[in-house]
Amino acid sequence: MNTTWRFLLALVITVAISACKTTEPVTDTTDPGTTDTKPATDVTTSAAPDPRDYTSNRAAENFDNPESLLSKRVIYFDFDKSEVRSEYRAIVAAHAAYVSSHGSARVTLEGHADERGTREYNLGLGERRGNAVSGLFSAAGAMGSQLDTVSYGEERPVCRVSDDSCWSQNRRVEIVYTAR
Amino acid sequence: MMMTKPMKKIFFILIVLLVSPLAQAKLEIQIIQGNASALPIAVIPMQWRSSDPRPLTGVAEVVSSDLYRSGLFDPLDEQDMVDRPVDAESVRFGTWRLLKVDYLVIGHVKDAPGNTGYEIVYQLIDVHTQEALLSQITTVGLGDLRFGAHRVADAIYEKLTGVAGAFSTRIAYISSTGEGKELNYQLFVADADGFNPQAVVGSPEPLLSPSWSPDGQRLAYVSFEKGNSAIYVQNVSTGQRELVSSGKGINGAPAFSPDGRFMAMTLSSSGNPEIYVRELATGQKRQLTQHWAIDTEASWSPDSQWIYFTSDRGGKPQIYRVATSGGKPTRVTLEGDYNARSSISPDGTRIAMAHGRGNEYRIAVLDTDTGRMRILTPGVLDESPSFAPNGSMILYATREGPRGVLSAVSVDGNVRQRLILTEGDVREPAWSPVIR
Repeated sequence: MNTTWRFLLALVITVAISACKTTEPVTDTTDPGTTDTKPATDVTTSAAPDPRDYTSNRAAENFDNPESLLSKRVIYFDFDKSEVRSEYRAIVAAHAAYVSSHGSARVTLEGHADERGTREYNLGLGERRGNAVSGLFSAAGAMGSQLDTVSYGEERPVCRVSDDSCWSQNRRVEIVYTAR
Repeated sequence: MMMTKPMKKIFFILIVLLVSPLAQAKLEIQIIQGNASALPIAVIPMQWRSSDPRPLTGVAEVVSSDLYRSGLFDPLDEQDMVDRPVDAESVRFGTWRLLKVDYLVIGHVKDAPGNTGYEIVYQLIDVHTQEALLSQITTVGLGDLRFGAHRVADAIYEKLTGVAGAFSTRIAYISSTGEGKELNYQLFVADADGFNPQAVVGSPEPLLSPSWSPDGQRLAYVSFEKGNSAIYVQNVSTGQRELVSSGKGINGAPAFSPDGRFMAMTLSSSGNPEIYVRELATGQKRQLTQHWAIDTEASWSPDSQWIYFTSDRGGKPQIYRVATSGGKPTRVTLEGDYNARSSISPDGTRIAMAHGRGNEYRIAVLDTDTGRMRILTPGVLDESPSFAPNGSMILYATREGPRGVLSAVSVDGNVRQRLILTEGDVREPAWSPVIR
């Protein structure tokens, strides 16, 4: 594969992922990890840092680069579950790498639940999801002082229709940087 | 089920709402499912003997609506009242027997001595025995005529059913309006019939879990106004409030003890949600549960011996209980995939809860003596049950399309009524104790 071809392939995958995500996060079966394994140093000919650069002093520029996993900051969950699904592990790993290599970075993990079930139980569930993501950050070397978890339960839905596609968008942890 | 008479009634209530000067956030009331054996009663418009202007909504109308809403009474429409006696001597019993009315309420309203308010002077008369079952004077302050009418309805309800009325109580609920950045949450307190809604507190951040103090003077609730959940206690009449808990993690599900000295709450400062009991005067707290599971939504048994709570320690959320003095929790609900947010009846014999199966959540009641579980509501997203202080009905939150509404159901499931806030997404009702 030549460089142009490889670049186009990466672009197609990225577009496919983002298109998938806006409509139905649950069926997002494309493993973002596959893009992670490709060497991409040869794409970095311009001023922008490598999209897979999470640790350098220029990595923060990747937060706004749709090709970088750092631009993805929402993790979705199964009903009444708090395990981080395999397809989201690469995203969490990218952010964990960033936070553990940037001592001034501060992250709040906002846990959310869908509307089913009671509000206070869902507060607990949102916190459990936030803690699951927080645990992966810690395991990757982030300091406890860099991490905060807040649960909003079902109080802040992003989608307000009572159906599966909406519920799946609401069961989430948002990775919110309070300092980069 | 829905016949012409209830329709007329609904129309009447709507008209009252439309002409009311307080047309801000109003609750409409509809009986969804009625009771065929309701008692026929006629509440005759009361003669207005005060020098003040006659109020828009008369005392008799309020009494009539209250009795109707209970589902146990079938009040005669005002337009069908061919005779309007104001004292016992002028009652023509034959007329009322022909109209198939069993009970009559007659009376008048006059100024209380010194113009401090009003006196509602009334009698409840049995048409068949021609005897006065009640002969009373209810005294109220100047702005409290509706409240006085609710007390009259309470007395009539108690006389004829043997159960204390709950019409003069109040309800608290959360309402959210607007979208996105304009989203606004408010904690409201209203009369039990939905009138006189007053915002107790408002916030652009979520508010949830209102819970009454046993004297009905204060409300505990959870607010996210500081970014994380925190528990506040606020005096309903003065507005004065106090921050009770704002530790790391969740500060949720406040519940006053029946004597008002303690508050059960959910805190996750230890890493996951556990039930604590805090002495309000000293701030000293005691951890009641210790488990990696989610333990939350504490509610007290009326005798203060037990705390019921929701836990998923068995894999899915179920109701457990633990002695207030501590010890090993035992599981209470054995049926179903999802049982949460218990509300204990005032006599302690029934536990109402949100009962989930698949994507359907309904209000169910567990009889603690027989262990029998009964589903009371049609779903599909019913939650937050709250017993009336007389145990006769359960107020709960349900959904109508994308919007939350409040409903009430009788404990036998026979009578259901819907209360709709005309604006906003309404949820988390809490029925007040009897306010003395």
